[in-house]
Amino acid sequence: MLPRPFRVVATRPETHDTVTLELESLDGDGLPFAPGQFTMLQAFGVGEVPISISGDPGQPGRLVHTIRDVGGVTRALCEAREGDVLGVRGPYGRGWGVSDGAGGDVLVIAGGIGLAPLRAAVLEVAASRDRFGTVHVLHGARTEADVLFGDELLAWGSGAGLEVAVIVDRAATSWTGRVGLVTELLGGASFDAERTLALVCGPEVMMRFVAAGLVARGVPPDRVRLSLERNMRCGVGLCGHCQLREYLLCVDGPVLSLDAVRQQLGVREL
Amino acid sequence: MTVAEPAGAESAVTLDLGGLQELVDLLAGRGYTVLGPTVRQGAVVPGRVGSLDDLPRGWGDAQEPGSYRLRRRDDEALFGYAADAISWKSVLFPSRELVWSGSRTPDGGFSIHSEEGNGGLGDPPYAVLGIRACDLHAVAIHDRVLRERAHPDAHYEARRKDAFLVTVSCSDPSGTCFCVSMGTGPRADAGYDLALTELLGERHTFLARAGSERGAEVLERLGSRPAEVGEVRAADAVVERSTQRMGRTMDTTDIRTLLYENAEHPRWDDVAGRCLSCGNCTMVCPTCFCTSTEDHTSLSGERTEHWRIWDSCFTSDFSYLHGGSVRSSTRSRYRQWMTHKLASWIDQFGTSGCVGCGRCLTWCPVGIDITEEVAAIRADPQSPPGQGERG
Amino acid sequence: MRSLQDLLAEHPFFAGLDESTVSLLVGCSVNVHYRAGEYLFHEGEPADRLFVVRRGRVALDVHMPGQAEMVVDTVDEGGVVGWSWLVPPYRWFFDARAVQEVSAVAVDATCLRAKCDEDPALGYALMQRVAGVMYHRLQSARVRLLDLYGAGRAG
Repeated sequence: MLPRPFRVVATRPETHDTVTLELESLDGDGLPFAPGQFTMLQAFGVGEVPISISGDPGQPGRLVHTIRDVGGVTRALCEAREGDVLGVRGPYGRGWGVSDGAGGDVLVIAGGIGLAPLRAAVLEVAASRDRFGTVHVLHGARTEADVLFGDELLAWGSGAGLEVAVIVDRAATSWTGRVGLVTELLGGASFDAERTLALVCGPEVMMRFVAAGLVARGVPPDRVRLSLERNMRCGVGLCGHCQLREYLLCVDGPVLSLDAVRQQLGVREL
Repeated sequence: MTVAEPAGAESAVTLDLGGLQELVDLLAGRGYTVLGPTVRQGAVVPGRVGSLDDLPRGWGDAQEPGSYRLRRRDDEALFGYAADAISWKSVLFPSRELVWSGSRTPDGGFSIHSEEGNGGLGDPPYAVLGIRACDLHAVAIHDRVLRERAHPDAHYEARRKDAFLVTVSCSDPSGTCFCVSMGTGPRADAGYDLALTELLGERHTFLARAGSERGAEVLERLGSRPAEVGEVRAADAVVERSTQRMGRTMDTTDIRTLLYENAEHPRWDDVAGRCLSCGNCTMVCPTCFCTSTEDHTSLSGERTEHWRIWDSCFTSDFSYLHGGSVRSSTRSRYRQWMTHKLASWIDQFGTSGCVGCGRCLTWCPVGIDITEEVAAIRADPQSPPGQGERG
Repeated sequence: MRSLQDLLAEHPFFAGLDESTVSLLVGCSVNVHYRAGEYLFHEGEPADRLFVVRRGRVALDVHMPGQAEMVVDTVDEGGVVGWSWLVPPYRWFFDARAVQEVSAVAVDATCLRAKCDEDPALGYALMQRVAGVMYHRLQSARVRLLDLYGAGRAG
């Protein structure tokens, strides 16, 4: 359970507070992972935080993390430069289970930085596109400047056979896209609810409302998957911090189906 | 309730005080750090044991919610107290453990190596003389939580794996004890190398049974004789008396459902008005296992030490997330601790997290009694919160 | 060229209204088109029409001196713009601008209010629909008020 050294081979600012780091392991073994999993990413001497893997599962030699600077350790990670060495433990957690959506339609609904762990899922779907029916990628962001992976969203919508829609909470008048809440994108999406797998990631409040919208459309609650988040110190089920009642989110999650967590999400301060 | 016969009843032997000292010497001679209950600063706490004089001879304790006192017994019992003030968690799972240390390398990277646990009362392997049945269950619970996992805790493993455990049946339970309700005592039925029951009759002796192969091997080397029927009966009577003298009871029927379905019970507001969120309960509880990590870096940034430290779900930032704590009220934190201990633990690890040792009652500054809190909710349960989406 | 009757009948806002009711509304309606960048109305002007959007996107803007003009809402095809005609003093609250080319049916508010006064059943049916639109817009606005993606929050 010691951190493995990974060198930063590329950095890319995504928005004013979000950076993507591409890492390669010093031992050359890479990091095979399933979309939805995370690593405990360490800035040597500063600390360690859980960060979802946003990269391509088909390219385990290149570990990709999209990190939002919220202070402390994430700031140190966002300031990492090419050549810096970071510590990595993982991958940990239960992922999206994308292949469970084969043979049906798939909804990928991302709020803000929630698109990072879902990017890996979209790449997995795109890599074997014909296994799935209609695939919608719905992304909500704060403003047009906060839309994540904008170029890639465009490419997915035009080349990869995915239906992509973006909406922002508010925008400058130069924005010609939609303004409103991400739940409003469901109305314009056509999919066979009973045969849909919905993958949702974003602020917990957003996920609750999106989940309500999905269930109202007829998506079965056990086919709605949420990526939940709590304070994590160890990432391996030993420190007790990430509990949501009986679930240890680092081991039983972070991806859990709606029917498993509905009661828990409804209790304040659980 | 009759006391179940533990395994190996036929092979019970009797040790006298000399035999007990021999046990200590034999274990020390084999390289164990021998630990046992000792009196320090007005309490019975784990310490080094070299001779029987190190044990709390003639000492008992009086424990009530919010109160702990040593009291002088009118006999020479070596194990006449109820439960040690600090459990054996502090030995096998110490409050501070250096996990790894590392230093920067010239190429901009860093090298890390794992650290071996040491310090405290001494190095493993440990021989523990005098662990109670409740605490033995707590060790078994920690084995499930910290060893039998996909990613076990290597430092707990290192301290635990060769530990030689000698349990002593409880002869004098306290006002906060409820091991009988939790099915964990007053006599251990598994998980030990040797089990002793102290007999204060005409002679001061110990009925001894082996619970493992190496326990049997050690027992054979000691000066002992087969136990007489009367001694076996006397030991059973000690245990039976303890069973009848529990300070508390807890009805654990369907407790998981009870606590899950009553997350908004007004009792939580009631206890929140008393709880100081001090976290004492989590420190003295023998099964609490929550930890956090600390990185200590040298001023130049060249060297870092990564420590594992005890943490408590009662701290205000235990559940810190995105600018605030999920559980910011004392109410929610007390509910978290109690629900985890008695209910969620069952889903997570297959047993209750509570062994009925009563320490959380004793060491709570305001005397909150977890058995009373459960009883209050059970007496007047709310209907389950409605499921489904908010309107 | 489709008739106003057909255009209104097939629009989601009027779903469930019978043919004769729709033709009542036709009497108050006219087809309108806006080029990208043209305004449907401005803040403060008399609110005299309900816009039923058939094609294109309408943005609701707020202009703030010293700051960039902000879009607080958009309405796409299938939606309706404007309900300030319902509540005195009947003045538009925001600017409404065509983001792309917009085709809509504008329903005259005075005519509409008169018809609702004459026929309370029609009035109730329309109010239900307007309430439904408001319900969804209000929820959307309230949740966006939380600024869930803002700094220091789960992004």
